[in-house]
Amino acid sequence: MVSTAQNKIEVQDLSIHYGAHKALGNVSLTVRTNEIFGIIGPANSGKTSFLNAVNRMDMMRPNMNVSGTVRIDGIETRSWRNVYALRRKIGVVFPLPVGLPLTVYDNVALAPRLAGTAGSKADLDELVERCLRRAALWDEVKDRLNHLGSLLSGGQQQRLTIARALSQSPEILMLDEFSIAVDPVTTMRIEDVLKELKEEITIILVTNLVQQANRLADRTAFFLNGECVEIGDTETLFSGSAKDPRTNDYIGGKFG
Amino acid sequence: MATASDARDKNWFIDKFFQSLMFVCGISAIVFVVGIFLFVFKEGLGFIVNDMNVAEFFFSPKWRPTSLHHPTYGILAMVAGTAAVTILAMAICLPFSIGAAIFIAEFATGKTREILKILIEFLAAIPSVVWGFIALSIMNPFIITAFDVPMGLGVLNSALILALMAAPIVTSIAEDAFKAVPDTYREAAEALGATRWQTIRKVVLPAAKNGLLSAGLLGVGRGFGETMAILMASGHSINIPTSVFDSFRALTATIAAELGETAVGSPHYQSLFAIGIFLFFITFLINMTADFIVRGVKKG
Repeated sequence: MVSTAQNKIEVQDLSIHYGAHKALGNVSLTVRTNEIFGIIGPANSGKTSFLNAVNRMDMMRPNMNVSGTVRIDGIETRSWRNVYALRRKIGVVFPLPVGLPLTVYDNVALAPRLAGTAGSKADLDELVERCLRRAALWDEVKDRLNHLGSLLSGGQQQRLTIARALSQSPEILMLDEFSIAVDPVTTMRIEDVLKELKEEITIILVTNLVQQANRLADRTAFFLNGECVEIGDTETLFSGSAKDPRTNDYIGGKFG
Repeated sequence: MATASDARDKNWFIDKFFQSLMFVCGISAIVFVVGIFLFVFKEGLGFIVNDMNVAEFFFSPKWRPTSLHHPTYGILAMVAGTAAVTILAMAICLPFSIGAAIFIAEFATGKTREILKILIEFLAAIPSVVWGFIALSIMNPFIITAFDVPMGLGVLNSALILALMAAPIVTSIAEDAFKAVPDTYREAAEALGATRWQTIRKVVLPAAKNGLLSAGLLGVGRGFGETMAILMASGHSINIPTSVFDSFRALTATIAAELGETAVGSPHYQSLFAIGIFLFFITFLINMTADFIVRGVKKG
C-alpha cells in the first residue's frame, strides 16, 4: 500500500479480540491529514477498542489481541521499538476527565517533563499557558494554577485533559466521547476549539452524539457491533444518501 | 392520625434490633481501649506518684529495680535500643516491601501475582516465637561468622528479624494503596507517553502516598510492640547500643521477662506498668501522626 501525504493513518484489516470475544473485525480505513474523522456508533460497537489499537494501549491489557496493521505516516505502529515515543505523537482525551492528582500547572506540564523537553521555567510557563488557552481554559484557571486539577468542575477538568493532551504537541488527537460529563455550553466551546485545532493536527472524534459528528467531522465512519458498516463524507451520510440502510436508521434515530 | 399503614411491623423491630446491636459492637471497642488503659494506668500510678524520679526514668540508662540498697528505674537504654532497632528494621524493610508491592500491584499478572500474595500472607502468619528461633539458631551463627564478632545477638539480628516480620504486612498495606489508585490514572499517563517507570514514579506513587505512609507507620508500630522475637534476638542486656552488633534490651521484652518475677504491687511491678503506659503513649502518638498525615494530605 502506497502512502500518500494526505493519509495520516492507514488501517488495514484491523481485528481486536478480548479472549474469545471479538470487539472489532476487519476494519480498513484511512484518516487524512488535518481532517476531523468522526466515528459514531452505539455502545459496544468497538469504537474505544479502535482508539486503543491506534496508540497501542493493547500492551497494557494482556487479554487484548490486535491483528491487522495500523500505519501512521506510512510506518507500521507495531514496528516501533519505542512505543512511548509513538504515544507522544498522539494526544488522547478520555470520556470521563482524568485529573491526575497534580496541580493544574503540573497536569499540563507532565508530558513535556516526562519526555525531557520541558526546557527552562519560562519556556514551560509559556507552553502551559498556550495549551490552556487553546483548550479555552486559561481565563478560568490562570489564578489557580497551583490548585489541584481534581478540584476543578467536570467541564473544566475535561478541558484540562485537552490542554494536557496538547502539551506534547501531538500530530494526532483522539477524543473518546469527550462530552459525556460536560455541559452543553462547554461542549460547544470545546467543539469550537477542535475546529481551530484541525488546522494543525489530525483529529479522530469518537462520539455517541450523532449530531456532534455532523457538526464537526469531515468524514464519518459508522461502527456497529464490531463492524465498520460504512465510511463516507459526513455531508453525504447525513443527507440521507448512506449506502447501508443501517447507517440511515442510526443517523435518523431509529435505533442506538 | 395513626393508621394501620403506620403500624410498626416486623421489619421495623428487626431494624431497630440490629441498629442497637451494631451500636454496642461499635462502642465496645472504645470500652475495651479505655478499660485497658485504666487498668494499666491504675497499676502503674503508685509508682509514678511515689517512686518515680522523672529525670531518672527517662534519662538514666540504669535499670536496677532489684537492687536492695538503691534501686534505679531508668529506661533510656531500652528506649534507645528499641528505637535503634525500629529505625534500622524500617530502613531494611521499607524499600523491599514497597518494591515488592510495586511488583505485585503494577507488574505481576495472573498466577505470579496470586502465588506471591498467598506466600506473603503465609509469611505474615508465622508466629513470632518461630522468628525468635530463626534469630537464635540461624542468624546468630551467621552474623558471628560473616562479620567475625563474638556474639550475633543484638541490634542487627533483631532488626533483620523485625524487618522480615514487618515485611508481609507492610507489603500488603502498600499493595492495597497501589490498588486503590484508579487505572484511569495509569492509562492517562501512558497515553501521554509515560513509560511504566515514569507512570509509577510520577503518578502512582504520589497518588498512593497516604497508604504508603500508613504502611510505614504500621511497621514502626510493629517495631515498638514486638516482644517475643526481639527478646530472643536482642541478647537482652541493658546497654545503650553503640554499634549494630551490640546487645540491647527492648521495652516490651523487659515487661515480658520480669513481670512474672515481681511481687504484685511492689515498686518493681508498678514500674513495669509505667513502661506499659509509656508504650501506650508512643503507640498513641504514632497512630495520631498517621491519622494527622492522612487527613492533612486529603485536605491539600
